[in-house]
Amino acid sequence: MHESGRARRRGGPRGETAAPAIVVHDLQVKRARVPVLRGLSLAVPSGMIVGLLGPSGSGKTSLMRSIVGVQIVQSGTIEVLGLPAGSGALRHRVAYVTQEASVYDDLTVRQNLSYFRRVLGVPASDIDRVIERTDLASVADRLAGSLSGGQRGRVSLAAALLGSPEVLVLDEPTVGLDPVLRVELWQLFHELAAEGATLLVSSHVMDEAKRCDRLLLMRDGELLADDTVPGVLAFTGTDDIEEAFLRLIDRGEPDLQPHDASARPADAGGSEGRR
Amino acid sequence: MTLVRTFSTAGRVLTQIRHDHRTVALLLIVPSLLIGLVAWIFTDTDVFQAIGPAMIALFPFIVMFLVTSIATLRERRSGTLERLFSMPMGKGDFILGYALAFGFLAIFQTAIAVSFAVFVCGLEIEGSIWLLFAVTVADALLGTALGLLASAFARTEFQVVQFMPLLVFPQILLGGIFIPRDQLPDVLEAISDWLPLSYAIDALTAVADGSEDAAWIRARILAIGAWIVGSIVVGSITLRRRTA
Repeated sequence: MHESGRARRRGGPRGETAAPAIVVHDLQVKRARVPVLRGLSLAVPSGMIVGLLGPSGSGKTSLMRSIVGVQIVQSGTIEVLGLPAGSGALRHRVAYVTQEASVYDDLTVRQNLSYFRRVLGVPASDIDRVIERTDLASVADRLAGSLSGGQRGRVSLAAALLGSPEVLVLDEPTVGLDPVLRVELWQLFHELAAEGATLLVSSHVMDEAKRCDRLLLMRDGELLADDTVPGVLAFTGTDDIEEAFLRLIDRGEPDLQPHDASARPADAGGSEGRR
Repeated sequence: MTLVRTFSTAGRVLTQIRHDHRTVALLLIVPSLLIGLVAWIFTDTDVFQAIGPAMIALFPFIVMFLVTSIATLRERRSGTLERLFSMPMGKGDFILGYALAFGFLAIFQTAIAVSFAVFVCGLEIEGSIWLLFAVTVADALLGTALGLLASAFARTEFQVVQFMPLLVFPQILLGGIFIPRDQLPDVLEAISDWLPLSYAIDALTAVADGSEDAAWIRARILAIGAWIVGSIVVGSITLRRRTA
């Protein structure tokens, strides 16, 4: 069942000919009456890992919540896989991992996954698959609340992998992890992208930018950059993402080089965003 | 809404509670302890015979209200509610799942409380003990349903805790424990005629003193049932998939 989910995914490897997985147009969001997103427009190309980077408070979480349809938005449109964000049909196809691990501490890892898979309506065999993928086999029968922060985070991620969603929205999945685990997690993200999934991964650690196919740099609810990593570095004339971020702020002019696959269908060589 | 999601939510909630032995113990025993305390206070008087049925209505109702509203609030704070609402989880599935789980617990809790009041504290029951049990279960379910309603409205723990004095205390004050309802000022009597806990207290008192027949009691149970259904429906409508 979940294998056929893969077949639904559009486009070839890395999705260069596919329509964007997420299209945001003029999105305005307020939280507690304060505007946090001020007319944001962007597109997330299909089958890629797109890094959403910015300091905390820049609106990353609000954008992600809007994309998965749990955020009240003031105005603007969001399309995910061609459907309005938050529509019923997307709830099987888009998975969201919140910043804090959202799992039941008083259930075991397996009980957590077993409940979420029933909610999603995917077969029970999927539980073992995601446990293996997230390397949780050794703790599968322990209560989630007794696990380390990193392990709990992986339980939350495992729940998101149930049913092989086409779009994964991950809010700071690597925060607080030791470097070894962080590398392993990024390996997993790349595997998922290689299988055709689209990943939007937020981080406030600029270092993680290098691991993404494309970057969205945010500050104060606005976009500083929408480009590939080499693109951002070239635009700002530096070899350090943190420095590039500072220079973009100084310059007061964003680096917007959206990956517009539909406008350049012949550009199959695809110099951008791939290693 | 689907049955699978409703029942797996109920099962999940029960599994969570099963892992917390102290909560299970408190949930099952606290109402009985309180009823026992009231009986002890009024030893050698006939007060317990008069207010005992009201106590059976009161304690399971309050305990279920609190436990349910906190449990659903915890779901909100832990981020799991947000996760569920980004999944194909219906609002009705969620609320009904909780209602089923706590309703199931309420059956055990009230069985213990009723048995304790009757067999240990010596509360004399003129009517059928099964009717007494049925009213008490309906009453505990009412606590659960109102708890779900409160937590659907509340945004924070502080708000939930304050919904208790707001939704529960007036019902206790106007329920006829302190002064018979027909002696209340007209306006308050009219209000108390509409409050669901009044039905429960009236019905339990009537079963105990055998003053009304089974049909009259059943009508009260139906009225409580209508409140339960209404609270669950309003609760699932008020619950928001999208939040600020």
